[in-house]
Amino acid sequence: MTTTAAGLADVTASGAALRRFLHGLPGVDQVGAEARAADLATRSIKTTAKAFAIDLAIQMIDLTTLEGMDTTGKVRALCAKGIRPDPSDPTTPSVAAICVYSDLVGVAKEALGSSGVRVAAVATAFPSGRASMAVKLADTADAVKAGADEIDMVIDRGAFLSGHYLDVFDEIVQVRAACGEGDGRAHLKVILETGELQTYDNVRRASWLAMLAGADFIKTSTGKIAPAATPPVTLVMLEAVRDFREATGRQVGVKPAGGIRTSKDAIRNLVLVNEIAGPDWLSPVWFRIGASSVLNDLLMQRAKLATGRYSGPDYFTID
Amino acid sequence: MSTFDYAPAPESRAVVELRSSYGLFIDGAFVAPVDGAAFKTVNPATEEVLAEVAEGGLADVELAVKAARRAYTRTWSKMPGRERGKYLFRIARIVQERSRELAVLETLDNGKPIKESRDVDIPLVAAWFFHYAGWADKLDHAGYGPDPQPLGVCAQVIPWNFPLLMLAWKIAPALAAGNTVVLKPAETTPLTALLFAEICQQADLPPGVVNIVTGAGATGQALVEHAGVDKVAFTGSTEVGKQIARAVAGSHKKVTLELGGKAANIVFDDAPIDQAVEGIVRGVFFNQGHVCCAGTRLLVQESVADEVMRKLKRRVAALRLGDPMDKNTDIGAINSSAQLERIRTLAEVGESEGAQRWSPPCELPDHGFWFAPTIFTGVTQAHRIAREEIFGPVLSVLTFRTPKEALEKANNTPYGLSAGVWTDKGSRILWMAQHLRAGVVWANTFNNFDPASPFGGYKESGYGREGGRHGLEAYLDV
Repeated sequence: MTTTAAGLADVTASGAALRRFLHGLPGVDQVGAEARAADLATRSIKTTAKAFAIDLAIQMIDLTTLEGMDTTGKVRALCAKGIRPDPSDPTTPSVAAICVYSDLVGVAKEALGSSGVRVAAVATAFPSGRASMAVKLADTADAVKAGADEIDMVIDRGAFLSGHYLDVFDEIVQVRAACGEGDGRAHLKVILETGELQTYDNVRRASWLAMLAGADFIKTSTGKIAPAATPPVTLVMLEAVRDFREATGRQVGVKPAGGIRTSKDAIRNLVLVNEIAGPDWLSPVWFRIGASSVLNDLLMQRAKLATGRYSGPDYFTID
Repeated sequence: MSTFDYAPAPESRAVVELRSSYGLFIDGAFVAPVDGAAFKTVNPATEEVLAEVAEGGLADVELAVKAARRAYTRTWSKMPGRERGKYLFRIARIVQERSRELAVLETLDNGKPIKESRDVDIPLVAAWFFHYAGWADKLDHAGYGPDPQPLGVCAQVIPWNFPLLMLAWKIAPALAAGNTVVLKPAETTPLTALLFAEICQQADLPPGVVNIVTGAGATGQALVEHAGVDKVAFTGSTEVGKQIARAVAGSHKKVTLELGGKAANIVFDDAPIDQAVEGIVRGVFFNQGHVCCAGTRLLVQESVADEVMRKLKRRVAALRLGDPMDKNTDIGAINSSAQLERIRTLAEVGESEGAQRWSPPCELPDHGFWFAPTIFTGVTQAHRIAREEIFGPVLSVLTFRTPKEALEKANNTPYGLSAGVWTDKGSRILWMAQHLRAGVVWANTFNNFDPASPFGGYKESGYGREGGRHGLEAYLDV
């Protein structure tokens, strides 16, 4: 980017300025972006590299349950799984966080105790984001009060698509304020719901918009809309965080969520991180994978690498 | 391990059965050359000798042309198009079935990364045969009048950069149109052509329809100058192309030449920058820059030049150079020591003429022929590296201020094979495509090939078109 940190201070001064800035970002050529993602998907990750990638991927997982039928029992089971994913192999690392609805934050917090696994709560009328600002802020404050370490908010896609960028910006700023103050504040992940934004140009603009408003992470999807985290979408977002750091000096994380089901998918995501944003992002601090079923596949691949044999799915817990 | 270093992921070469020596493929069988001459072909990544290959002489060319003539008059020209098409479809399917074997052999003999031979070369070879198999019984509808006739025996001489793909570009349309061929592969990369000869046997292609005579320049010269040849098709350097044009002048032979290039890849300030950077990399570093249509002159609008160069250098630094058999290798070996010498010489000229040379930190293997990806900035139209074809991984960067200036600089070359335009503005793409004097103009992409699309040059890049309906014209008496 040719923009500088000083130049960026003005771009959110008015709706018109913000619009000019977002529309002045270089476009994304759909064919080219998809071809690049497909090309990186052919990287062949074997032996030591695979072992490294599998352990890193496990540590990056936001193990998620976001169902209407979620109960305290379900959340406690998920927390146990997150702390010790493979009870038969104590060298297996814990996941990064457990991601739940805000009313279950307290349960998760208690179950996770001092394990170091964080609690992420979806908020702001997840997944649609269709509620008044007061409700969204109350939802956020509720989760923070219950002890959430991270807030996964959704943007108002309606406002974004109708070009009311400053409204989206203000909302993110306010939710971020509701996350608290200082070092102990909850980290804010901003869900763009790229499946509804549809174009890569929109994904790039929404990424910059969220980063300008103070997002700690930009996240692809709620997981409730298909397509979710496709490789080219993640690629465009990784380019955005790379360019944003170059322009402002501030590093922002990326979280693809939804649609990552196999070890191969997870490893391909790590290849994207490595070759698009760069090795600085190869850490749970800067990259997360929002998923649930991928964990068991990673565990199976991990056991296969260690023992040379595939064991059946019954040897891995289903929580 | 604390960083994400990709462990070696070598493709197995067990799938290829290399013979210690190969004869010539004449009249459906492998035969020893009349005078017994032979040469060695090496793996350019290791300098290991792969096999000994027969060197065809005058007598062998004579035999091959006679076999092709016999097959033409007795069998192939009389066969209905739909029957010829069946053979071509069969060849295409066998190429697909044996694609892994062909890809590994191509990489061993040529030095290109397995990723490219596997994902680009061999799939395109199959696509070319499928495309022209479909034309064989539809020549009436190709736009050359009812029942267009073949030419006869075709002499085809191909280069070493895409050994099997260039073979497919030559043989598929020739056979579809009803001609028979004698093909001479390049002396540094004969092996996949010889494996293709086995595929012809496997497909029960009538003897003499395809003949492969291996050898060097003298063999090629004997072939194109042979009086029994009706058509000459050549892909290679402009210098040799001119010799061929002189040699066949005044004869009845029809000629198509696909020669050198010095393509401009033009990036406007409204371009999708990240994809343009990809396109620049694909344009000049694909196949180690051994591509006649490579985008070796980057013309970038001054207002975005700094941003493009910063992103380009970061991207080039991420390229993985090394063992071509490793599935994660992006840049393979230079095909021969002679070519490496030529690239080195021209790169030194670039430096001595005052352009700034840059390469990423990049460890080159001890054995084999290697050249790090190289970018020259501060290049002007007057530099030799902006005018001469280097045929290696070397990019010359020039800037422009207005679309008109971009166009003038792009056209200011003796060549005219290809060009690339990067902009989000559709009308500018159309305007540029209309005025660029290049056979292929890519818009927001580069080095993309399709059998349905004609390919060929303006000016010293040659004449005639290969590919698609237009490619049939070169092999029909029209």
